[in-house]
Amino acid sequence: MASHPSGMVEKRGAGLWLTHVLMILGVLVIFFPIWLAFVASTVTQPEIVRPPMPIWPGDQFWENYKAALFSGVNVPVATMLLNSLIMAMGIAVGKIVISLLSAFAIVYFRFPGRIFFFWMIFITLMLPVEVRIVPTYEVIAGFGMLNSYSGLIFPLIASATATFLFRQFFLTIPDELAEAARVDGAGPMRFFIDIVVPMSRTNVAALFVILFIYGWNQYLWPLLITTDPEMNTIVMGIKQMFPSGDDVAEWPVIMATSILAMIPPVIVVVSMQKLFIRGLVDSEK
Amino acid sequence: MATVTLKDLRKSFGPDEVIHGIDMEIADGEFIVIVGPSGCGKSTLLRMVAGLETVTGGEVLIGGERANDKEPMDRDIAMVFQNYALYPHMTVAQNMGYGLKIAGLSKPEIATKVEAAAELLQLDGLLDRRPKQLSGGQRQRVAMGRAIVREPSVFLFDEPLSNLDAKLRVQMRLEIKELQSKLGVTALYVTHDQVEAMTMADRMIVMNAGVAEQIGTPMEVYETPQSLFAAQFIGSPAMNVLDARIEGGRVMLGDVAVAETGKRAGPVKLGLRPEHVAPDAEGPLAMEVLLAEPLGANTLLHGRLAGTEIAFTASLQGVHLASHGGEAMRFGVDPVDCHLFDPETGHRL
Repeated sequence: MASHPSGMVEKRGAGLWLTHVLMILGVLVIFFPIWLAFVASTVTQPEIVRPPMPIWPGDQFWENYKAALFSGVNVPVATMLLNSLIMAMGIAVGKIVISLLSAFAIVYFRFPGRIFFFWMIFITLMLPVEVRIVPTYEVIAGFGMLNSYSGLIFPLIASATATFLFRQFFLTIPDELAEAARVDGAGPMRFFIDIVVPMSRTNVAALFVILFIYGWNQYLWPLLITTDPEMNTIVMGIKQMFPSGDDVAEWPVIMATSILAMIPPVIVVVSMQKLFIRGLVDSEK
Repeated sequence: MATVTLKDLRKSFGPDEVIHGIDMEIADGEFIVIVGPSGCGKSTLLRMVAGLETVTGGEVLIGGERANDKEPMDRDIAMVFQNYALYPHMTVAQNMGYGLKIAGLSKPEIATKVEAAAELLQLDGLLDRRPKQLSGGQRQRVAMGRAIVREPSVFLFDEPLSNLDAKLRVQMRLEIKELQSKLGVTALYVTHDQVEAMTMADRMIVMNAGVAEQIGTPMEVYETPQSLFAAQFIGSPAMNVLDARIEGGRVMLGDVAVAETGKRAGPVKLGLRPEHVAPDAEGPLAMEVLLAEPLGANTLLHGRLAGTEIAFTASLQGVHLASHGGEAMRFGVDPVDCHLFDPETGHRL
């Protein structure tokens, strides 16, 4: 794939300026709330509640972030970040491993009910977590997995979307490659590990980014099954920080938590951006 | 180094039989070309020898041992695929050494063998490249190298040259043939290109619709084609086939006697190769020339037999300037170059 030279569509003069102005405006509109959150995380509580709200950062940055990370409101944010990280990694890695294996089975093996199982997997695409949440809760509670990492991860670990994507990718791998591997003496799992998985690595990277963010942003499910604050994930934890009744919300700490919650997904996206885009736009054959 | 024996080999896909019983003995070190039009079952035949297709009936023996139920890797074969089937994420060296790695050879052993093969194929400087960074001819060589390093008893080639341009094809054709005779490995080579078949084969199998029409050396097939199909498939331009009959010991084309024959009277198909007719003012064949194609060394004349609608092609040495159509020429033909076939069965008479 050729890299696009800058200015694939050539724009000159006013048109160029206009598009840039519109783009910068768009970025500002989207960025403004995040900026406010950042400002709020660097000032003191009284400064926030007194109108007008400040729009330039204050001098409480270290104090607020230290308070958030090491003491938090119910539980230190560091703990919640760790919980979220374990959950998101577990979901992303688990989904990719399971999807690779099931897509491999569906594409490369002839077994009774192959088509039937493929369609069963496909149909589950239509059932998001929210639809099956009550029975799933019932099962997890029955296994005694409330307030545990396995309870957070396992119900979300099967992925029809990823299975389907890998299936489509595997179908584009020429049959001759499998045959060449057979002639070379590679058994099915050897072929899978030595040939199929390395060839899928850009797709794996793209899916990892998507699935990590999916896992990180889970809200409803962790909210249901973690009653122990020690097991809170950060996305639900922010909501838990809001006081009930007449208590005063510690806005600077909550805002610092929000900013902290955004950082890991950003790191994942930025660090895997190159692979991610390659995985979405082309595949090596 | 091994013999390959096919005994009444058959293949069915569901209820449809696509290979209808092929028998053949291939000697050690022989270069066999399987040639035929697309869909004739030639690749299926090769894949059955490779073990990539199951055998429906009959037997495949490699080195005298029944191989029907052996996995490809246990058959002591190596295969070169049409699209090369190189592993895209591996370097040239890794591609060539993959089979050896699975076989459990040590790293230095693999490196030695890969280097030896690379030298043989002039791939020395390319061992660290990926297949993507190679030209078509180089990929072809890597695919060959992957086959060579395993030191198999039998090479199988599935149309290995069809993705190359014409010039490279001629060059690789020579290289493959040279390599095979140097290594002395038995080879089966599938192609649809009759020129490849003629130039490379020790013996060829002309296949049509799942049947071996003829098995023989290229010259046997060219000089004494055993069926109409083999006659027309081998040789370029294709043989002229004319409806004729035998009367009183002579081959009659309309009311003109073309040649003497000892065959019994009745209708026949008369096959004449374009290159076997010679201009002869007294000759029995009158042709109306419609188009001349000068190719340099020779000229193809396309036209009709005079007074009929029967198409006829003649190939003459040297340049014959194109006439503007309608010109009449007469040709003579040597009786030994007349091929007679049964019009019902297509078999040689």
